[in-house]
Amino acid sequence: MKVRGRVALSGGGVAALVLLAGFALLPLAQQPFVTRIGTGIFILALATISLNLLVGYGGLVSFGHAAYFGAGAYAVAILSHYGTHRGWIAFAAAVGGSALLALILGAASLRVRGVFFIMITLAFAQMLYHLSTAVEKLGGDDGLRVVPNSFGPLFLGERITLYYVSLGLLCAGLVISDRLVASHFGRVLVGIRDNERRMRSLGYNPYHYRLLAFVIAGALAGLAGALEANLDAYASPELLHWSISGDLLVMLVLGGSGSIVGPLFGAVSFQLVQQVLSGFTSHWMLYFGPALVLIVFVSRRGVAGLFAGTRPHHVRGGR
Amino acid sequence: MDFGLFAEQTLNGVQYGIMLFLMAAGLSVIFGIMNFINLAHGTLYMIGAFFFATFDAWLGNFAVALLLAILASLLLGLVLDRGVMQRLYDRTHLDQVLATFGLLMFFNELAAVLWGTEPYFIPVPALLDGTIALPGDIDYPVYRLAITAVGLLVALGLYLMVEHTRFGMLIRAGATDRETLSGMGVDVRWLYSGVFAIGVMMAALAGMVTGPLVAVQVGMGETMLIVAFVVVVIGGIGSITGALVSSLLVGVVDTLGRALLPVWLGYTAGPALASMSIYVLMAAVLLLRPQGLSGARRA
Repeated sequence: MKVRGRVALSGGGVAALVLLAGFALLPLAQQPFVTRIGTGIFILALATISLNLLVGYGGLVSFGHAAYFGAGAYAVAILSHYGTHRGWIAFAAAVGGSALLALILGAASLRVRGVFFIMITLAFAQMLYHLSTAVEKLGGDDGLRVVPNSFGPLFLGERITLYYVSLGLLCAGLVISDRLVASHFGRVLVGIRDNERRMRSLGYNPYHYRLLAFVIAGALAGLAGALEANLDAYASPELLHWSISGDLLVMLVLGGSGSIVGPLFGAVSFQLVQQVLSGFTSHWMLYFGPALVLIVFVSRRGVAGLFAGTRPHHVRGGR
Repeated sequence: MDFGLFAEQTLNGVQYGIMLFLMAAGLSVIFGIMNFINLAHGTLYMIGAFFFATFDAWLGNFAVALLLAILASLLLGLVLDRGVMQRLYDRTHLDQVLATFGLLMFFNELAAVLWGTEPYFIPVPALLDGTIALPGDIDYPVYRLAITAVGLLVALGLYLMVEHTRFGMLIRAGATDRETLSGMGVDVRWLYSGVFAIGVMMAALAGMVTGPLVAVQVGMGETMLIVAFVVVVIGGIGSITGALVSSLLVGVVDTLGRALLPVWLGYTAGPALASMSIYVLMAAVLLLRPQGLSGARRA
């Protein structure tokens, strides 16, 4: 990771680069199933990166991140439904719409802290889930079909194109979160996480910084949602379901929250575990659930902690 | 909308609110004392309903099945507390959320393995079947009135226990200052186990008595859990009366919203707004009174 402009890659950073390079070569294997899984991993990793800004660096445990992910997908789907397939417009709507949603819901949720914040973010996301099933124009329970977007000659309905666009946006997401955390804004955010009273007495308004983090995270999750809508050629209420919010938190902690590359490792390992376990049994959650409990008992460092030199900042917020 | 239908829907709202209270009171007391957020609380609502459905199918006796299911859920609560939850009370909320999310996955999958994914239907006992004529030309189901009464009795019992028994005094003392309490020779761990088991039992009881009204199936608990969170946010932590008022408010607003809004606003905007009503209520409370209706402390 970069520290004040100097390139100082940690062990985790090197491992992440190797992993990303491997992903760039993966389509050479010409396995449609593998590229499909890979694209899914990139999208989830991008959404987890956005959640990391809140949980890892802001100390804000949001259990409602599916709201912004799903909103991004629905923005693309609604435009597609009314005949707009231009990528720039659809993606701008997804990012902007999710950011606006995060501004509204964040302004209300951030009035409380700790366990109430968890409950409220979960409740607001559930509100959107119920709304999506109740509104017939949004397709109700069935959701909306999506015609994949085009950016000039790039057509996202093309499997390989979407794979590389998603990979590129994932890399961009990693760089953005790295720069953001190293910036003045990021340092203030981490300062508020670690000692809110001190930052307040230094003249910073924690509410404004947290709200901005919430909006940025919402926008990035919306981008991931827009990609997901292109991958599935569909936007359904399932994308807004609370279990997606839970999965994103699990991926974040598996990878190591408060580490730039943690979300990447988390998304990869979660998907691998899920694919492998579901190869043996259709009841994979019967084994993954207790494993998750054990992971919480024995470790707080996540998969990123396995690589030497990575020092994830522990989440001290939330209590 | 005539008066009869309005009154009937209000009664349904009260009945739903009482069930929400059984969920939210446990959540609120457990959070107030152990500073613990349990995402698996809704799953225990589902497990309660499955226990009851199974015992009822075996024995064919509603009352005995109910008693057995209550005992089984108390036991499950104790085992869960001793086996898993005790290790989580001192951890961060993020750890608590993740571990109880893992438990939730486990129990939902286990229920799918043991009881299948097809919904179960529990018959209403013959004694409570049928309707009763209420003033205003309403024929109201006896069973719904009965479970509303049961819920109110449990609420009263909980209130008396917390305010007027030695165990309740310890609970209140634990919520105020648990270190002093344990310094005075009280085994706080067993106090926690007792509180947790009672919370589990109340959530499971709500699942049991709601069973004959709905389809008992995997996933039924999480919908209840999230609405119970809304109740806790609106009511505030630490007050049983606050939780009761908030539960009834949410129950009635949600039920009447679903009945009235489509009639007033048409079948496009009505259902959409009705699905949002309790969350809008929650947002309004957050803006006007972030500490919740009861005004108790806010973490």
